[in-house]
Amino acid sequence: MNFRVHVRVIPRPGLLDPQGQAVEQALGSLGFAGVSGVRIGRAIEFGLEAASVEAATQAAHAMCEKLLANPVTEDFVVAVES
Amino acid sequence: MTTRVAVIRYPGSNCETETLEAITRAGGEATLLDYRSATLDGADAVVLPGGFSYGDYLRSGAIARFAPVMQAVATHAAAGGPVIGICNGFQILCEAHLLPGALMHNAQQRFNARPVDVRIERTTTACTGSYAVGQVIRIPLAHGEGRYVADTMTLDTLDGEDQVVLRYVAVEGSDAPANPNGSSRDIAGICNPEGNIVGFMPHPERLADMTLGSDIGLGFFRSLVGRTASGVGA
Repeated sequence: MNFRVHVRVIPRPGLLDPQGQAVEQALGSLGFAGVSGVRIGRAIEFGLEAASVEAATQAAHAMCEKLLANPVTEDFVVAVES
Repeated sequence: MTTRVAVIRYPGSNCETETLEAITRAGGEATLLDYRSATLDGADAVVLPGGFSYGDYLRSGAIARFAPVMQAVATHAAAGGPVIGICNGFQILCEAHLLPGALMHNAQQRFNARPVDVRIERTTTACTGSYAVGQVIRIPLAHGEGRYVADTMTLDTLDGEDQVVLRYVAVEGSDAPANPNGSSRDIAGICNPEGNIVGFMPHPERLADMTLGSDIGLGFFRSLVGRTASGVGA
């Protein structure tokens, strides 16, 4: 079966995210009040041929651990849709 | 016998020429090695040069880590062979887990290219034997992602086991920032416990010729090629 995999990679909590800070300040100066805790990561999506949702999820996790995310600095979330 | 040093060129490396030149000037035999090579071509030491391998796609060093040559680099490192990573080379060594931690975007969120003052913290490594512990040298820096980050336990281990090789320092009256990128504990360079794998952000190859007013960086390469006896002048 072919699945669509969505991976979200976000800097770990507690780590300084200068991009997030800059965007937060920019939003504030544009008049968007009440914005806090902006974090900037990346979204990766791809098609994946796998036997089941579980197999696709497992494969995507392996890809994140090996390449898509850096375990030292980033957390990731995987979502699989058929 | 002349020490043979391979400098690896990845797609996007841009400091390999001056690195080769510095090695030659230090008395070594410098060879350029393609990232697709399956071997180190008989080299005694390896340098991963600065630049933007694979355009820094995904994360700096993340893709270069899987270049074919990296298997040979890992084998060489595991056998105790000298492996030096400069700037992007340091980022690659961290991504390859040959050194702990990671390098993130500078805290100031801007590319930083300027001289900085760093203190030599350890001299029993593959490339710092020409210097003295505590010696402060002024050396160029050029990176956007040089903020060294690691968990507290790793940082404690680095400090406790003498694995911090270079640290940014504040020099009285200096125009250089004390910590130019927000690195944890002012770390500019680290090594593995044995000291044969060394990674750092500053660029000694850019200050290895007296024409530029100082050849203080040449000591890294003299040490690497085993010619530390003559020392270096500031």
